[in-house]
Amino acid sequence: MATGSTHTIVAIVHDRPGVLNRIATVIRRRGFNIASLSVGHSERPGLSRITFVVDGDELVADQVTKQLRKLVDVVRIADITGERLVGRELALVKVRAAPQNRAEIIQFVDIFRANIVDASVESLIIEVTGDEDKVTSLISLLQPFGISEVMRSGRLAMVRGMIAGGDSTNVARVMANGSGPTPLVEVDRSGG
Amino acid sequence: MKMTGAQMMCESLIREGVDVMFGIPGGAILPFYQTLPEFPALKHILVRHEQGATHAADGYSRASGRTGVAIGTSGPGSTNMITGIACAQTDSVPMVCITGQVARGAIGTDAFQETDIIGASMPVVKHSYQVMHAVDVPRVVREAFYLAKTGRPGPVLIDFPKDVQTEVGDFVWPEEPQFEVDYRPVLDANPADLKQAAQLIAQAQRPVILAGHGVIIANAFDEVQQLAEKTQTPVITTLLGVGGMVSDHPLNLGMPGMHGVAWASMAINEADLLIAIGMRFDDRVTGRLSAFAPGAKIIHVDIDPAEIGKNVRPTVGIAGDANRVLRQLSQYIAPATHPEWLAHLDRLKKEHPLFVPKGGEYVYQQEVVESLSKLTDGRAIIVTGVGQHQMWAAQLYRFKERGLFLSSGGQGTMGYEVPAAMGAAVARPDKTVWSLAGDGGFQMTMYELATCAENNIPVKFAIFNNNCLGMVRQWQTIFYKDSYVATLYTKNPDFVKLADAFGMPGIRVTKSDEIADAIKKANAHPGPVLVDFVVDPMENVYPMIPAGQSLAELIEDPRLKQRATAGQKAH
Ligand SMILES: Cc1ncc(C[n+]2csc(CCOP(=O)(O)OP(=O)(O)O)c2C)c(N)n1
Repeated sequence: MATGSTHTIVAIVHDRPGVLNRIATVIRRRGFNIASLSVGHSERPGLSRITFVVDGDELVADQVTKQLRKLVDVVRIADITGERLVGRELALVKVRAAPQNRAEIIQFVDIFRANIVDASVESLIIEVTGDEDKVTSLISLLQPFGISEVMRSGRLAMVRGMIAGGDSTNVARVMANGSGPTPLVEVDRSGG
Repeated sequence: MKMTGAQMMCESLIREGVDVMFGIPGGAILPFYQTLPEFPALKHILVRHEQGATHAADGYSRASGRTGVAIGTSGPGSTNMITGIACAQTDSVPMVCITGQVARGAIGTDAFQETDIIGASMPVVKHSYQVMHAVDVPRVVREAFYLAKTGRPGPVLIDFPKDVQTEVGDFVWPEEPQFEVDYRPVLDANPADLKQAAQLIAQAQRPVILAGHGVIIANAFDEVQQLAEKTQTPVITTLLGVGGMVSDHPLNLGMPGMHGVAWASMAINEADLLIAIGMRFDDRVTGRLSAFAPGAKIIHVDIDPAEIGKNVRPTVGIAGDANRVLRQLSQYIAPATHPEWLAHLDRLKKEHPLFVPKGGEYVYQQEVVESLSKLTDGRAIIVTGVGQHQMWAAQLYRFKERGLFLSSGGQGTMGYEVPAAMGAAVARPDKTVWSLAGDGGFQMTMYELATCAENNIPVKFAIFNNNCLGMVRQWQTIFYKDSYVATLYTKNPDFVKLADAFGMPGIRVTKSDEIADAIKKANAHPGPVLVDFVVDPMENVYPMIPAGQSLAELIEDPRLKQRATAGQKAH
């Protein structure tokens, strides 16, 4: 997953056909590395909210934000990495649960304040919410029992508190024209 | 008022000020075409290929500042448009493309001539719409034209399903484009940035202005010239910035970069401040980025915030409209002079001139451009293809008016020269339009000669007939030890006969002393005309900075040295 630094970018986008396609096109075409992406409805009908976790430094995050902002369907977008924010991920983990292991698994679930949302003779589905580290830790603790399926939602993020005059993405304070990054990595542009 | 979708489209186009469109009909766009006779104010020019329609719309747009319109049917009609759309996108040219689409119910079923043109064009449009209800047509057209022209301009595609064209609804024209979102390009600079920029300008000893296409798009010609004159700062123009300032202005240094003039690249290398306006630090301008302008602070003004910091980190980055930002900046700027710097650049110019060969076995391309420049008094619209002739045109045509140089810069789209010149000539009947074509590029889109002849669109076609793909052949000469793989033609058509077949006069020029006469004849001819200049196949464009090298690694024309040594011997 994430190598080195990551940035959390939040966008409000139109809930229209093709919007995700446009966003994915920009991400692919510009070669951005997205560690996770989660989409869902926002507080306003017709608008969806996306949280991106971007692999890369400030300069990369700056380009991701600016290039995506150019999409007409992107209403607001901001890098909220430096903000006081709440970041959460949800994961469902299906783990093999032989009778002799059940007690131990349930103990881990309790410690992590996770929930058992389904139980069968052979397996349990565990639901866990938290920051990515917490989710990752629980998954690795469950690994020895035998995990058959994992579904992680990717990060959902929100800035804490209320920002006067701005919306929850805190875009008002994100300058449209930042001073930009240093020369990027040399690429071979020798094509004719 | 009740109208069909097709009628709404026509009415909306007229309300957007469209007077002419370039296109080709087909089944999926036919209801729209069949409505055209009801709207005589909308002139339609039937082209021969949809790529031609898009480049013509592009040329129309660049030559007039108005948004060009291209039309094609679904499937292959629409995919044929992609090259022209990409070309316009990279060069920030406003354009609206309308494509027919299969009926709504057939979308997604692989119906006859169904292509997902929205998906296929997505990476190369500024925005696109698939209109799913006739009543949406006016709003979509309004938005499309607004988007195409504002902020960083670009192509907008409207996909128009066949049954939406025939659907009837109420026509309601939105007075303002109705964005549910705040699409608001940043236009103005903030005072803190302006102050900092002014400070850098005041401190600079060796400043240079780098003017790009944005200067032309934003109509910031006067503002750039005033900044240059007030602060005695020389101006370097990128390929698409050529024409941003008259060529003979004493402060205009010309084009830098891969095939730019030596002194312009040297000026960038030695500068302590670059004032970059409406340009994007393309690799053809910068060479190796890590060695670019090593001693310079950078002020970067561009309408697209994403360009600021994309390739080069500026000391001050200002997102905004070049015209407005420069006006705002001028209030903070004090007059300055840089006599030593200018004198130094003048010396460089004398020491590293362009070499213009004359009197060889063949006609030299450079002679043709110089002749054209003289015989059109620097006032023709010059539309080029891509390759050697493009570079010579940029280096040697002396523009006496601004904004007359049209070329595919960002994509380097061969074949641009013929249809784009046609579009330019339609947009500017007051101007002489010369299409400077490579024999390679010409053959990619020469079918539009038929359109020119049919509609008497008076483009003057100059073919730089070097019997090869010149620029690639040059790379093979210099980097691949004369290994000419797939660049030399062994049989080119007879272009004069071809002109005749298309229905226009053709003139062949094989000797230097025939150049002027042919150009004069072409200028005097009231309709389209073709001049086949049979030029030197082995002539190379200099200077040259090999791709990926720094501006300091510039290769000059070897004949300059020979001439210098010969000169010394003579003394
Ligand atoms: C559509 C397209 N195909 C290929 C190229 C690659 N290319 C760049 S310059 C060039 C040669 C151009 O030859 P010509 O049009 O005869 O012009 P010249 O360089 O000889 O002046 C080629 C093939 C291109 N730029 N565009």
